[in-house]
Amino acid sequence: MDVSERELALISALSGGLDLCASPYARLGTVVGMNESDVIATLAALRDRGVIRRLGVIVRHHELGYRANAMVVWDVPDDQVAAVGRRLGQCDEVTLCYRRPRRLPDWPYNLFTMVHGKDRAEVEAAIAGMAIREGVDHYPRQALFSLKRFKQCGARYQHRHAAE
Amino acid sequence: MDMIDRRLLDEYQHDLPLDPRPFAAIGRQLGIAEDEVIARLDRLRQHGTVSRVGAVVRPNVAGASTLAAMAVPPEWLERVAALVTDYPEVNHNYQREHRLNLWFVVACVDRAGIDMVLADISRRTGLQVLDLPMLEDFHIDLGFGLQWT
Repeated sequence: MDVSERELALISALSGGLDLCASPYARLGTVVGMNESDVIATLAALRDRGVIRRLGVIVRHHELGYRANAMVVWDVPDDQVAAVGRRLGQCDEVTLCYRRPRRLPDWPYNLFTMVHGKDRAEVEAAIAGMAIREGVDHYPRQALFSLKRFKQCGARYQHRHAAE
Repeated sequence: MDMIDRRLLDEYQHDLPLDPRPFAAIGRQLGIAEDEVIARLDRLRQHGTVSRVGAVVRPNVAGASTLAAMAVPPEWLERVAALVTDYPEVNHNYQREHRLNLWFVVACVDRAGIDMVLADISRRTGLQVLDLPMLEDFHIDLGFGLQWT
């Protein structure tokens, strides 16, 4: 997907979020040397192309009472993983759904889904219900519940130089 | 948290108005003033309920990222977690219930930067770091449906 340097600069300037002020797009523009209407047009284009998946209020699950989350990992044969991934990626219970490489022998799982809930029992019930409903209960899976959050913030794509 | 706060959290996770005065536009929809929208969002952010008002960008568009995992001896976990958290390239860092008990996301402008960070962590801790980059993304992100009970 082609993203121009200018668009990248805008995405990067936006990574910490918009300033909460009356004209946040104009403010964002001053950081990257664009005027307000350019910022708005560029954001609209990025959103239409799916580079920006959503623009809005980004909530923290934990602070809203969704205290339990599990990274549910599945071991799905390679020729089925895309179909299973598309299926699970559409489930209401799932907030992320990625294929990642196996790292044998340490790590046999190739499909990662995230499931949030108010407590552990709710998450476990959601996972079990989803697995049966979607016909994926026969694949080996594990639910890795989070025990402690050390850090959570938006991705800032850092430059790293050999000298550092 | 009142009904207005709940609506702010629920109804504006995507499609923030691309209007020069987005918070005024939201205020018109909610029947409150622009400066009250801003004050409420600011309060929710200070409280930690809102992480930011901004964009969720498709992974690896603006750079490269990976999910990394380590099996850390329990007595070292706090120290290793603090060491990992200190990297500005790390944006999520969780203890999870597994032999691989520390999971974190590393993002850099390019893949070489990630390799450098992972190698550095491995060298400083003497522990193996599993590198699990995303290969395919299947999720349609519609925000998170909140249930107010």
